[in-house]
Amino acid sequence: MTSAERARIAAEEARIRQCLCNAVADPAWLLELAPRDLDVTLRLLRRARVLGRVAWRLRERGMITAFAHPVPDILNSALIAAEARARVGLWELDRVAWALANEAPAPLVVLKGCAYLLCGTPNAAGRLFSDLDLLVPRDRLEFVESALLRKGWQAASLEAYDVKYYREWAHELPAMTHPEREVEVDLHHNIVMPTGRLKPPADLLLSRTRAVPGTPFSVLDPIDMTLHAMTHLFNGGEMDSGFRELLDIADLLAHFSAQDAGFWSAFWPRAEALGLVRPAFYGLRYANRCLGAPIPLEVLAASAAAAPPLPIRSLMDEIVPRALFPSHPDRSRLGQRVARSLIYARSHWVRMPPLMLASHFVHKVTARYLRRGEVDKPEAA
Amino acid sequence: MSAQQAATVGELNPEQLASRLAREGVGVRIGPLDVLFRVRADGIAPPFRQLYAQHPLLSHDRVFSGHLDLREVWQWRPRPHRKVRFTVDGQQPHENMPAAQGLAVLEWGLNLVIALRFQSFLMLHAAVLERQGAAVVMPAQPGQGKTTLCAALAHRGWRLFSDEFGMMRTAGGGFLPLPRPMPLKNASIAVIRQFAPEAWIGPEIAGTLKGTVAHVRPPAGSVAGAQTPAPARWIVFPRWQAGAALRVREVAKGEAFMRTAANAFNYELLGESAYVAVRDIITASRCFELVYSDLDSAVAAFERLANDDLG
Repeated sequence: MTSAERARIAAEEARIRQCLCNAVADPAWLLELAPRDLDVTLRLLRRARVLGRVAWRLRERGMITAFAHPVPDILNSALIAAEARARVGLWELDRVAWALANEAPAPLVVLKGCAYLLCGTPNAAGRLFSDLDLLVPRDRLEFVESALLRKGWQAASLEAYDVKYYREWAHELPAMTHPEREVEVDLHHNIVMPTGRLKPPADLLLSRTRAVPGTPFSVLDPIDMTLHAMTHLFNGGEMDSGFRELLDIADLLAHFSAQDAGFWSAFWPRAEALGLVRPAFYGLRYANRCLGAPIPLEVLAASAAAAPPLPIRSLMDEIVPRALFPSHPDRSRLGQRVARSLIYARSHWVRMPPLMLASHFVHKVTARYLRRGEVDKPEAA
Repeated sequence: MSAQQAATVGELNPEQLASRLAREGVGVRIGPLDVLFRVRADGIAPPFRQLYAQHPLLSHDRVFSGHLDLREVWQWRPRPHRKVRFTVDGQQPHENMPAAQGLAVLEWGLNLVIALRFQSFLMLHAAVLERQGAAVVMPAQPGQGKTTLCAALAHRGWRLFSDEFGMMRTAGGGFLPLPRPMPLKNASIAVIRQFAPEAWIGPEIAGTLKGTVAHVRPPAGSVAGAQTPAPARWIVFPRWQAGAALRVREVAKGEAFMRTAANAFNYELLGESAYVAVRDIITASRCFELVYSDLDSAVAAFERLANDDLG
């Protein structure tokens, strides 16, 4: 690759990031774009799973019909799909409430997407809901699980190794689904794998939850909810929805700090109390750097104590934006694949001790190799 | 004629079309959809040029409803084993398919894109045609002869809307034409060749999931009228049954409502607006069930339907 080509690609990447940031910051900006630029921006927004969010804000301002054909159809479709997903998520929550109505009460803390819907945080508008995540105290986990199984939910059928992985090591049970619906219900007893380096005490999270009026559910305290979003993005390793998750973080920071004047002063001490300072450092850093989220200087300064050593930090500064932002839909995505693989690998490194990770790796590679053998047979015949 | 002046796909010469498909892509207006096709696989451009001959070409200076890409996968294998990869906006919805099925893969890929991406429309799994400003809607499951009947009627004075998607905006305004190549399967190919010798039918593609498939070009008049919608006036539930004599039965509106709602691709997703739209369609239409085996007598029944002389 020549240096001119490299410069061209870098310029294109920078432009793509700018387009996405402008579009989410002010959707009306889309009206000013030349048709070709609007075309690629809409594709990027769809790929970043935030087209519904942008469409929602355009509808709020009565701007959808201001675009030329076929853009209104594209925006309305994204809106309708997001609204349908939100309905499906809230309905699943309603069914869980029904299933547990006559059971002994257990704290049921709704996490992530469904919690945003329940709280009406700004990021919930037009957000594509995926799974229903519930946090319950560990000693109530089996009780809630068996109650849902009695009412018709079914656990995914897994290999023996994966069952062991979930039951012994993971912070959640294998996903359950009701056969009449398609929503995965994930029961958690913590927000990260207890085998990893981060060990947020679950009882500390559960001690500060807020009840959602009119439901048997509660949600995490605002700071904890934000810290969870950060931990999920920077400890989870799945970067396909990374841009959207970083947007969640920026929205939650802006929303909660505007609601509560004490938010920022309590933020870092809480991250320390929960032992989530590293993902909190990354969350603040990249919400600020990639999306321009305003963070008070003293909070940024406090968070600097949790920064990784300089070489790691430089590497993360290089690969996080690459992994977060969607790449041009018509170009090769080698750089992004490498970045996402590195972050995926890192997420495993921080979640499991080395020996366990090694055995997990050996198992997964062997299992994949054996499965591949099976798939190849019919073709060879 | 130069590429700049060409107004339809068919006006591009074969080399221009193949080269454009392989490079910047070819934009085609299909009713309410503006689709960009990019194809880098041998043997697709010639039938594509025939099947979309009358469709309007679009400049690149626009937003497209979907960006479809079909390319041959590079492999060290002899030709019969080659595969094509179908992607939409760089994402691959299914595994690579045999290169010999490329054209069918592209057409089914467009179906998939429509079904997933166009939730601002109520989408019935139905064939729709128009006569004298009114639409006949034929909701049916695969295997009921929907496409065959649709291809036949499209060559007997009915304007083709779609053999697969009954599309309308939930806000109303009638059904929207989406005239596209119609994929005949297996025995239907010979049936239509005989029934409508004037029809242009693409290559027979053997060994697909649905057997042998060949696409019929939508008649020029149907493509020309692609921006003219029509309200529903008749609902017909067709059922092909080997050796059956023609039977027509009027269906009660309640039953017709249930069958039409269950037939929609996105009824639950749209929620209330779909209910209202289907209710309005059924209220405005007469509803029939049609059992047939012989195409001529079925087409004659539709002629009586158009004259309000049926049942």
